Amino acid sequence: MAITTTIDSPGAATNTTPLARRRGTFAADKLWALAFVTPYAAIFAAFVIYPIGYGLWLGSDPASYRALFSDPVYPRTVVNTLLYLLFGVNLKLLLALLLSGFFMRKGWWTKVLLLVFMLPWAVPALPSYLSINWMLNGQWGLINNIIWQVAQVDGPPWLDSHGFALGSVIYGHIWKWLPFWTLIFLAGRMAVSLELYEAAEVDGASRLQKFRYVTLPLMAGMYLVCTMLSTIWALGDFNAVRFISGGGPALSTHVLATLGIRNAFELGDPGLGMATVLTALPLLIPLVILLMRQLRRSEVTI
Amino acid sequence: MTAQRPNHAFDRAISSVGVWLLSAVLLVWTLLPIYNIIRVSIQEKEEVLSTSVYPIAPSPHAFEVVFRQAFWLLETFWNQMGNSFYIGIVVALLVLAIGSLTSFTISRMRIRSGWMLTNAALLTYVIPMSFLAIPFYGIMGKYGLTNNPIAVIAVEVTFATPYAIFIFHQYGASIPLELDEAARIDGASPLQIFFRIYLPLMAPALVAIGTYALLLSWNEYLYAFLLLSGGKVVTVPVALGKFLVGDEAPWNYLMAAAIIYAIPPLLIYYGFRRKMSGGLTMGGVKG
Repeated sequence: MAITTTIDSPGAATNTTPLARRRGTFAADKLWALAFVTPYAAIFAAFVIYPIGYGLWLGSDPASYRALFSDPVYPRTVVNTLLYLLFGVNLKLLLALLLSGFFMRKGWWTKVLLLVFMLPWAVPALPSYLSINWMLNGQWGLINNIIWQVAQVDGPPWLDSHGFALGSVIYGHIWKWLPFWTLIFLAGRMAVSLELYEAAEVDGASRLQKFRYVTLPLMAGMYLVCTMLSTIWALGDFNAVRFISGGGPALSTHVLATLGIRNAFELGDPGLGMATVLTALPLLIPLVILLMRQLRRSEVTI
Repeated sequence: MTAQRPNHAFDRAISSVGVWLLSAVLLVWTLLPIYNIIRVSIQEKEEVLSTSVYPIAPSPHAFEVVFRQAFWLLETFWNQMGNSFYIGIVVALLVLAIGSLTSFTISRMRIRSGWMLTNAALLTYVIPMSFLAIPFYGIMGKYGLTNNPIAVIAVEVTFATPYAIFIFHQYGASIPLELDEAARIDGASPLQIFFRIYLPLMAPALVAIGTYALLLSWNEYLYAFLLLSGGKVVTVPVALGKFLVGDEAPWNYLMAAAIIYAIPPLLIYYGFRRKMSGGLTMGGVKG
């Protein structure tokens, strides 16, 4: 557009008709453009800006925060959320990075294995989480049945103790999302030029050295973006906790997302619920800013 | 040289043992919860509460119950499947329409305020969806849309369109702008360029995003649970969630219903896998 104006402007002084015509088409273009972006702009205003504003307003009453901070469930929920993010996200991404190297192997077996390995991602979350819930049932679950058949001892009541229940939720999260992130890293590895590996091989690099000096530096940026994105999504994850532990036993495995919904709807206090969720902002806002900057710069869309 | 040859064979043997070990671990890890769904779904009620590892007397009883809707929590199961399909398809169509129009305007018509829209999409993409559930519930009440599928459709479209815009933008970069310019000189309007040039060339990306949006809304639980409280509008995930409310959930019925619910996305996923290749596989993130 800048170019067309500079070319047109000398003619503007001498001949007005082409300019006027051009202006006419520009005006028409602008109308079209306006019409084209209106639906999305309207959706963004009505369903993103408005809820954010309304949510901030709902969570702006100091009394809600006083009630929240005096609730004994809340500190435990914060710790749970941090543990969930720390172990869930990092274990998952580390495993995904390593497994993506394994899936780079050639041969039919790796391809078949990858197809099977993708199943947790292709199956909707709810059936899987419900299955994990029943699988870990202390009395009749598959895991404890196996333990009984093999060792003739009772397995631990997985979902009836705080530590095991939180561990089960983290396990469910990793199980569900490991395939997705493995695929992402697999795509990242495939984008690394093979010539680099060949050059390293000529120089006598071992497999470990190739990983350390070729793969790692080239994928570090991607790994960081994935960590941030995965953290944000895990922070908002409701289903894993809701369907694997249900927040139990005795409300001890809630995370902020599920406790917010509980406070807002089961206790019928939207202000308290919103306050619960909003206490994640000190973590969420820096992540969002960093991530938006990264995603805009890298032109990588995940 | 001679000393090295057995060494190589030894290395290879170690590495192939490693591959088989890792494969076995991965298979058990991946298939255990899935085996559990199938195992429970073909058990009779008494056997569900037993210490069996394999189904002793497999029976299709639970599937029959689901098919005939012969249990009170499953009374409207096929209606719920229909609702899930309806919402999924409307969401997919709307995401395709709105996403393609927006990305066409940003990247092909190059409007000056395009960066604002890109940022808006980016922001929506990185906000955890569940954090807006509480205000959303209140807003839908104000719009008079409680217990209306339109409310859920609106949410899904809001959260799926940003990803559509990115992918369309990325994919559209490979279509030369000269095509648009040539059409302009021939007197085509932006609308004609959109329909005659842009959309046909974007077909593969449209298929991928349509699938993504369909799966996203098919998998949605939280918003459907909050916004569709009951009656004829409930979707399958909401109905599955209701099983847990009672004391003794009939796990075999629940698992049979869950399997039937999981089949369409599985078919779509494995059917369209090649079409969703490369960056497009990155789709099902928010599901």
